[in-house]
Amino acid sequence: MRTHKSLLPSAFKVARFEAGEMELRIQGRMDLAESAGMIKGARRLLEGNGIRTLTVDLGGVEYLDDYGLLVLLELREGMEAVKGGFYLKNPSENARNVLSIFDFDKVKRPVSLEKKRRPDVFTRVGEAALKNWDDLRYMISFLGSVCLAMVHVVRFPGTLRREETLLTMQKTGFDALPIVGLISMLLGMILAFMSSVQLKQFGADVYVASLVSLAMVRELGPVMTAIIVAGRTGSAFAAEIGTMKVSEEVDALFTMGMDPTRFLVVPKMIASAVMVPFLTLFADVFSILGGMLVGVFLLDLTPNSYIAETFRFLALRDIVWSFVKSTVFALLIAWIGCLRGFQVRGGAESVGQATTSAVVSSLFLIILSDSLFAVIRVYWG
Amino acid sequence: MTDRPIIQVRNLVAGYGETVILHNISFDVYEGEIFVILGGSGCGKSTLLKHLIGLIPPISGEVIIDGHDISRCDEETFQEILKKIGVLYQSGALFGSMTLAENIALPIGEYTDLTPRSIAALVSMKLGLVHLDGFENHLPSEISGGMKKRAGLARAMALNPKVLFFDEPSAGLDPITSAELDNLIIHLNKSLNTTMVIVTHELSSIFAVSHRVIMLDKRVKGIIAEGDPKYLRDHSQNTFVRQFFNRTLEA
Repeated sequence: MRTHKSLLPSAFKVARFEAGEMELRIQGRMDLAESAGMIKGARRLLEGNGIRTLTVDLGGVEYLDDYGLLVLLELREGMEAVKGGFYLKNPSENARNVLSIFDFDKVKRPVSLEKKRRPDVFTRVGEAALKNWDDLRYMISFLGSVCLAMVHVVRFPGTLRREETLLTMQKTGFDALPIVGLISMLLGMILAFMSSVQLKQFGADVYVASLVSLAMVRELGPVMTAIIVAGRTGSAFAAEIGTMKVSEEVDALFTMGMDPTRFLVVPKMIASAVMVPFLTLFADVFSILGGMLVGVFLLDLTPNSYIAETFRFLALRDIVWSFVKSTVFALLIAWIGCLRGFQVRGGAESVGQATTSAVVSSLFLIILSDSLFAVIRVYWG
Repeated sequence: MTDRPIIQVRNLVAGYGETVILHNISFDVYEGEIFVILGGSGCGKSTLLKHLIGLIPPISGEVIIDGHDISRCDEETFQEILKKIGVLYQSGALFGSMTLAENIALPIGEYTDLTPRSIAALVSMKLGLVHLDGFENHLPSEISGGMKKRAGLARAMALNPKVLFFDEPSAGLDPITSAELDNLIIHLNKSLNTTMVIVTHELSSIFAVSHRVIMLDKRVKGIIAEGDPKYLRDHSQNTFVRQFFNRTLEA
């Protein structure tokens, strides 16, 4: 025999090997612990020894389970590959039992744990296009039901879930104050600091104040606040409604005769629309404060002159636009967050995808609408 | 079935935080038997199960599995014990993003050195054992509730554990599927000699499969009956116990 004894597991004993007929005695346990090693040994045994008939003597096997069967399967398949004979002899009662429970005679190795292969580019483009088309239709339909639900609440204000709305207002607005305040203050400081570097050269330090106020109130205040809200609240809405979908709570609402849109979405939309503009205002104030800190401590401006300069170029129009923009952003974030939540189908993975998508879509919608606002403002505002 | 206790519970006080659900209970589970934990709603069956599988540490007392107190042993020993037990959760708890084959292959790949080829063959054998051969590449969302439980059972048995724990196996199943599951449990117990600990209140299953039962009661926060369910049904001194097993409100 070509395979040296030392390469075989100690449990394998070749009792006889002549004229291509081998009798292999296996001793000890054929279980989880021994299986992998024995399979390797079995492969080595089958390689290049020209075995034409293999009889495995199971008399010495103390214990056999399905892990042990893998070894016998390996040997049997090896012999089948060379059209040789394979026989088992002397199985103990335990072995006979196991062989019959798992129907060893009929066990076949499955094709493989093959993952579904990704289809080609054209199929994927087509599938994506169809999916996006369906997505768009669902979005429009959802937009319609949200509008109807909002109108219903306006006509019958008593139907609004007050407690839920107030609770959402607290979570969306008050709980966000620390992070919004911090970020806008830092943003104000950064703006003031970076611009002062240039303005100093012209002795125009004081204009830092108006730069910060205009930039923040007109653009960065609403946009940054909306981005923070998208991350905090948009994802929360998607996750909450998505998980409710998974646990059939949305179905329960429907069969109780309550419109899930009116019940779940309207409080969220109203809460966002009310709180986000105030958050934006808060952000504006804190950013001006941040700029003032830089102005007073780094640029030697007086607080009075800083504040005067802040409001010199700031018009009421800017503040009104700021409110309008943040209200629109808030409605978009709440809408897309709830939409993604309702689109959840399945389990944990789907909820994760919905949450991510809610944030990404919110960011996209925020920037898109901001661009539209910019255009409108220039040509009409 | 042997006389060796594979699980020993000693003076267990079980609960959550400050709330005590079970006060000072002790019992043994013998190797190879089918042991059922039953009782009315709120009696602490699920709590006890969670303590037995190491999900919750006891407030006091010992849970000894295969000679080791799982509440006091070191991490390594605990991991070794976990490999010797399998748990079938109420809805199967299959991972939704993986096929049945991948679900079962997960612990095998993690804890053995077998090649993917061998694992694939083993997974097929395990699925065959629960009569799900052919469903290797299905996702959990594509199969029925009863099938999910069977797949969950196949996964719980992946490493040929010494003890299998079942959390309300009949929940949500129709009578026929439930009876099939009972038969599977009996068959596996007989052929593989696996100890089985089942938490349930399904009477027909209890009478069909169990060797011994303990009944918990929330009023005493402990065990009010222990033994053969048929004997308890006919001969128990405790009215409530007889009512439970006879499924009637009359004594």
